Amino acid sequence: MNFENMDVVSIRDFTRDQIEEILDKSRAMLPYAKGEKVSRALEGKILGNLFFEPSTRTRLSFESAANRLGARVIDVSQTSTTSIVKGETLADTIRMVEAYSDVIVLRHPHEGAARLAAHFSKKPVINAGDGAGSHPTQTLLDLFTIQEEMGGIEGNNVTILGDLKYGRTAHSLAEALTVFGAKLTFVAPETLQMPKDTVDQVKKLGGDPTITSDIEGVIADTDVLYITRIQKERFPDPAEYQKVAGTYRVDREMLREAKKDMIVMHPLPRIDEIAPEVDSTAHAKYFQQAFNGIPVRMALLTSVLGVEF
Amino acid sequence: MREFKVTPIRNGTVIDHINSGQALNVLRILGINEHNVDSTVSLLMHVPSKKTGWKDVVKVEDRELDKQTVDKIALISPKATIDIIRDFNVAEKYQVRLSPRIRNLVHCGNPNCITNKCEPVAPEFDVENHDPPMLRCIYCDRTLEDISGNLI
Repeated sequence: MNFENMDVVSIRDFTRDQIEEILDKSRAMLPYAKGEKVSRALEGKILGNLFFEPSTRTRLSFESAANRLGARVIDVSQTSTTSIVKGETLADTIRMVEAYSDVIVLRHPHEGAARLAAHFSKKPVINAGDGAGSHPTQTLLDLFTIQEEMGGIEGNNVTILGDLKYGRTAHSLAEALTVFGAKLTFVAPETLQMPKDTVDQVKKLGGDPTITSDIEGVIADTDVLYITRIQKERFPDPAEYQKVAGTYRVDREMLREAKKDMIVMHPLPRIDEIAPEVDSTAHAKYFQQAFNGIPVRMALLTSVLGVEF
Repeated sequence: MREFKVTPIRNGTVIDHINSGQALNVLRILGINEHNVDSTVSLLMHVPSKKTGWKDVVKVEDRELDKQTVDKIALISPKATIDIIRDFNVAEKYQVRLSPRIRNLVHCGNPNCITNKCEPVAPEFDVENHDPPMLRCIYCDRTLEDISGNLI
């Protein structure tokens, strides 16, 4: 399949076959991501890493992925040091960075920013999160983690827990998991439950999700427990946030009911959704998941730059 | 009893089968106000309709509508029909029909959408359903809930 010059804006831009190919490429990247093998496949290429919103993992893992393959990175991580403060539009910023680099990675506080960037740039644009919008590379690394840890995605009971209303990555993940044949359970307080729009989409894709607010009732049947942070910054009303903050906390006590090989995932950062005591259990895979961002992003960068690997 | 208290027009456009209650929004789409009209505009609200029970009708003399205007009417009244009248005869008659993708007709309702942030792009939507209209922003991927309140 040819991914050259493809924009990666939403996980919906990919077919299942394309996702499988990216996951296969990601697996091939593992020894390079760990530094066990060395590649200069992207030598001479420049990545424009534009982060107009705070990020640790996504920004560093794109940078690391590019460096591991010999590419150079130019970046913006604070809008205060750019012409954005002078009122420059994103469209103009993108046209300029397009001239300075071969691929653009963009995180932006406004939804639809990556689609706009893709509209103005002839060079490929990778969406690294747009406000409460899409975050397709997170979805890809989540799928990769489940596949690597569970030996496949199909047939697994995946429970998604936390803020399912505002956490749009949970929406894309639910859709992608359904396409891959996972069985879904959505656990959230009623006010943060999965929006009807996404539930309908999951059903349209052939899924039949269980919707509940009771994590204790479903944990024993769960193969993958995917926890999301309740994101304070997405709440229009701070009072609504206070009501639900800290509703769920996964600790060793709760995990006593879980299957031995159940894995716990979290896109991070976590606040208090997962007790630190869980980190040392065999269930905890969230740091591995964070590492998986490197091989997945290496696979994406080589693919959209049309570099054979 | 289907007696309209409005006389036929010589030249102009009859917008028929407007969803009941939407006639004033149609006037807004046509940009009609007391300062910019030289010919007669007739407006009928809550008129019996065989097809839909009740409907609104707007007649505008000496004016034919461009595609952009007709598309906007389709957004608030998907069953509306357009009759173009020339010399008292119906010269053309058609039902409004939205394209699969519409551009620059409505704003995105999501205040955090990039199209609402002074960027040089026109709002654009995929039409996921015609009747009732369901629009999805191609930028932020949200569906638009209040179409008539976001008309451009």
